[in-house]
Amino acid sequence: MVSKSTQIPSFIAEIPPNSSLSSKEKEAVFRARRLCKVYHMGEVEVHALQDVDLDLYSAELVVLLGASGSGKSTLLNILGGLDPPTSGEVYYRDHNLTVNDDAALTRFRRDHVGFVFQFYNLIPSLTVLENVELVTEIAIDPMPAQQALEMVGLKQRLHHFPSQLSGGEQQRVAIARAIAKRPEVLLCDEPTGALDYQTGKLVLEVIEQVNHDLGTTTAVITHNAAIAEMADRVVKMRSGKIVEISHNRIKKHPADLIW
Amino acid sequence: MNKLDRKLLRDLVHMRGQLIAVGLVVLCGVATFISMGSTYYSLLISQKNYYEQYRFADIFVQLKRAPETITQQIEKIDGVVTVRTRIVTEVTLDISGMNEPATGRLVAIPDQRRPMLNDLFLRAGSYIEPNQANEIIISEAFSEANNLKVGDSFKAIINTRLQTLRIVGIALSPEYIYEVRGGGSFFPDNKHFGVLWMSQSVLARAFNMEGAFNDLVLTLAPGASEAEVITRIDKILSPYGGLGAYTRAEQTSNQFITDEIAQNKFSSTIIPLIFLGVVAFLLHIVLSRLVNLERNQIAILKAFGYKNSAIGLHYLKLALVPVWGGVAFGTILGMYLGWKLTSIYAIYYHFPLLQYEASPQLIAVAVLLTIITAAFSVANALQNVFATAPAEAMRPEAPPQFRSGLIERLGFHRFFSPAIRMILRNIERRPLKSLFAVLGVAVSVAILVVGRYFFDAFDHMLKMQYEKVQRQNVTLVFNEVRPARVRHDIERLTGVMQCEPFRAAPIRLRFAHRTKRTLLLGIEQGSRLRRLIDKDLNEQILPIEGVVLTKKLGELLGVAVGQQLTIELLEGKRPIKTVYVAGFVDELMGLSAYIDMKALMKMLDEEDTISGAYLRVDPLVANQLYKQLKEMPAVSGVSIREVEIGSIRQTIEKSLNLSTFMLIFFASVIAFGIVYNGSRIALSERGRELASLRVLGFRQSEVGFMLLGEQAFLTLVGIPLGCFIGFCICLWIPHRLNTELYRMPLVINPESYLFAFIVITIAAFVSGLFVRWRIKKLDLIAVLKTRE
Repeated sequence: MVSKSTQIPSFIAEIPPNSSLSSKEKEAVFRARRLCKVYHMGEVEVHALQDVDLDLYSAELVVLLGASGSGKSTLLNILGGLDPPTSGEVYYRDHNLTVNDDAALTRFRRDHVGFVFQFYNLIPSLTVLENVELVTEIAIDPMPAQQALEMVGLKQRLHHFPSQLSGGEQQRVAIARAIAKRPEVLLCDEPTGALDYQTGKLVLEVIEQVNHDLGTTTAVITHNAAIAEMADRVVKMRSGKIVEISHNRIKKHPADLIW
Repeated sequence: MNKLDRKLLRDLVHMRGQLIAVGLVVLCGVATFISMGSTYYSLLISQKNYYEQYRFADIFVQLKRAPETITQQIEKIDGVVTVRTRIVTEVTLDISGMNEPATGRLVAIPDQRRPMLNDLFLRAGSYIEPNQANEIIISEAFSEANNLKVGDSFKAIINTRLQTLRIVGIALSPEYIYEVRGGGSFFPDNKHFGVLWMSQSVLARAFNMEGAFNDLVLTLAPGASEAEVITRIDKILSPYGGLGAYTRAEQTSNQFITDEIAQNKFSSTIIPLIFLGVVAFLLHIVLSRLVNLERNQIAILKAFGYKNSAIGLHYLKLALVPVWGGVAFGTILGMYLGWKLTSIYAIYYHFPLLQYEASPQLIAVAVLLTIITAAFSVANALQNVFATAPAEAMRPEAPPQFRSGLIERLGFHRFFSPAIRMILRNIERRPLKSLFAVLGVAVSVAILVVGRYFFDAFDHMLKMQYEKVQRQNVTLVFNEVRPARVRHDIERLTGVMQCEPFRAAPIRLRFAHRTKRTLLLGIEQGSRLRRLIDKDLNEQILPIEGVVLTKKLGELLGVAVGQQLTIELLEGKRPIKTVYVAGFVDELMGLSAYIDMKALMKMLDEEDTISGAYLRVDPLVANQLYKQLKEMPAVSGVSIREVEIGSIRQTIEKSLNLSTFMLIFFASVIAFGIVYNGSRIALSERGRELASLRVLGFRQSEVGFMLLGEQAFLTLVGIPLGCFIGFCICLWIPHRLNTELYRMPLVINPESYLFAFIVITIAAFVSGLFVRWRIKKLDLIAVLKTRE
């Protein structure tokens, strides 16, 4: 299925920005160079990321594929401004995300990033609509909350509380909440991890549609190789390193994915 | 150590913040319980022992003058055990370094020391030597207030002669534990009033009382009828100017201290109960939260075959650690505070040795009550978990359910931002928990309001008495009734701007079967210095006929306006008259009865006599007046308003400061405990939710608002409720503290509410800061991964 696959050493920067070889758009939204992340678990040092270089380009859909412990979540956390790297640099356009400044990182997440979590993390005390409004209220140029919910097909359940929704519905609310602020990047951490097959595919369809319609740069983390087929690019990780980056000539529609 | 205990240790470390908060509340509860309980007990024991060891009399009577031979008749009365006769009289003192004159109450003691009723405890110096005319023993309170020591001397006018008295001893007496002058003075002013003990023979000579006495005290055999003995004594002494015998219950010092002890009993029951209630609530919320968080672990333990009892014991141990800690430190603190409070009472009351005792029973009760509370909370928290099957309990708890509530139904939600909606819905979802949190804050506010109320009420009492009722700044009392023309002599004294004479007579009022001894105060029509004031602080006009009684006196007699009562005048020809009650005044102190001065003269069948005068004095030349007064033999007592008020305030503040400090501290701890635990638990319950919000780009401050807003809201609801509860308690206190000596008015200054508001807001704010600090440390990454 993967049409073009090249094993490249991780120290070589992936396709340099503005190079003619870049994917759809040439403009790099994220630029990560020699990222390292070391966790100290008691007396043990865990090297979660080792010398990772990666660029993410505007409007592309990237799947970060790897087993648990491969470092994909760590990479996503650093890109999302949740965690500073131990060394190396990461830029979001011209913002340096390496600085350990909580207020600046909060600002970054607030203005530019949409997050979708494995366990949805909706606010139980707010209704579907309010969960989305919570974010649109603090966003600079949001779409109407109703519109975001319409995009994920939940127009009928605006006034339900999370405990009254199924898992798939909750995840769609979470996506609506993430995209309502028109973020430049959408970061999804195992978005189907807690969902059954059919529901999972439905959620992926929504993600694909958002990427397509809004042109939001999207990164999806998964350990499910089948999901990689819907991506523009697939970044495979193992033991804190990028082991392979591949392009899909033909992206599969999520509905056609099988696992 | 078994593994459960190891888990216990780790849990203790992990939950230290919340457990310390619980422990602190327990500490405060136990400390108040022990300090107040032990103070009550110590006072009770000290009073009882003191009375027994120093033979405090059972019956007291003052009279004009009776021969010693009459004593035999009294001793023969059934039930009378020991009789002591003596001479008691008041004189003006001139103490060097003090401008104002002071009043000394001279009490005769035998020339040779021997056991007697109302015996002396010599604190310093020695007993008087026979035949040393100028030797005196003075009361400890008087010596301390004026810095007088053994060997010092001061001047006194003893029956027209200015004499120098030398202090040979400093003593205490069960008769003057609370050393007030009585007859209108209700607070100790030890600087200007003191008891002096002097040789019986010297006093007899000085006042021409040889072979006679004017004061008698006696003890009764157990089971003797007080009423019977009093009737017989009054019969015997009435030809000798007897003023009516009375029991311990009416003896001023005893009355005060008994009231005070009763008040202590009241507060030593109520306040600790409030604390225990808060302890129970806090333990309950902390434990039920913990048990809920650990329902998985509990299920696994059960699956492994641990019995419910073993698991129950494990959590009981967890609860008991802060409880035991609180009890241990609370007992120590309570004993310290109790000792401190008791020593303040010692200054106030002058016991020879104020025994401080925290009885083992009291401590046992404190321990037992808190442990039962803890056990109950644990049982309550575990109930639900034990009821579910292990397999069921091992599954994560279902997400909290929210439904449209009152706010949505009323359509108010659209006025609120999502953050405020979150806060309101969280409150609404757990109404009982929210209610308890509000009540907890309310209770701490109420404690503060009630604490301040005592200050406000006393302040009002002082203002009412000394600004509205008694407007004179100097009161003169003559050593015996004087002709009215003396008034002109007084008016000519330096600095006297206004002079209003009065005629006071001891009386016994009788209505139906009830009688009451008091002083009938005859004042002039249109008197400006002594006024009749009703409860709205309006002046009432003194009727030309009939008597005006303090409302309390009317209640005690059960008499209404317009009804006739019998007045037995205990002076001169001792006429018995009938008068009607013309009205009541709402004075807060004492049991006064007022009458028009001319009407009183008529009753006494006298012409123009006065017993003293109220003066308004030019403060600039007051010192010259005081100097003159010190040398006037006819004047036996001078009281000066400003000094009196000053010394009263000082005394009150001394005793109220410590208890107010205790109240502030304890109320703050309750408020802190409630708010801190409430928000800590909310943080652990909603940590994921809040961390997600942080990930979504909400700032620490915004997330802090969502979490702490709930506590802030509950606190803000609790404060006015607390003010209301405090007000209701204050509404009730005047009924409890409604004695013959004083009536607590219902006066709470707005500043007191403000004070409670500020203290509780600060306590809540500080606990908020602690939690805020925790939000900073929220693990954002973990949120993305974990389900619970």
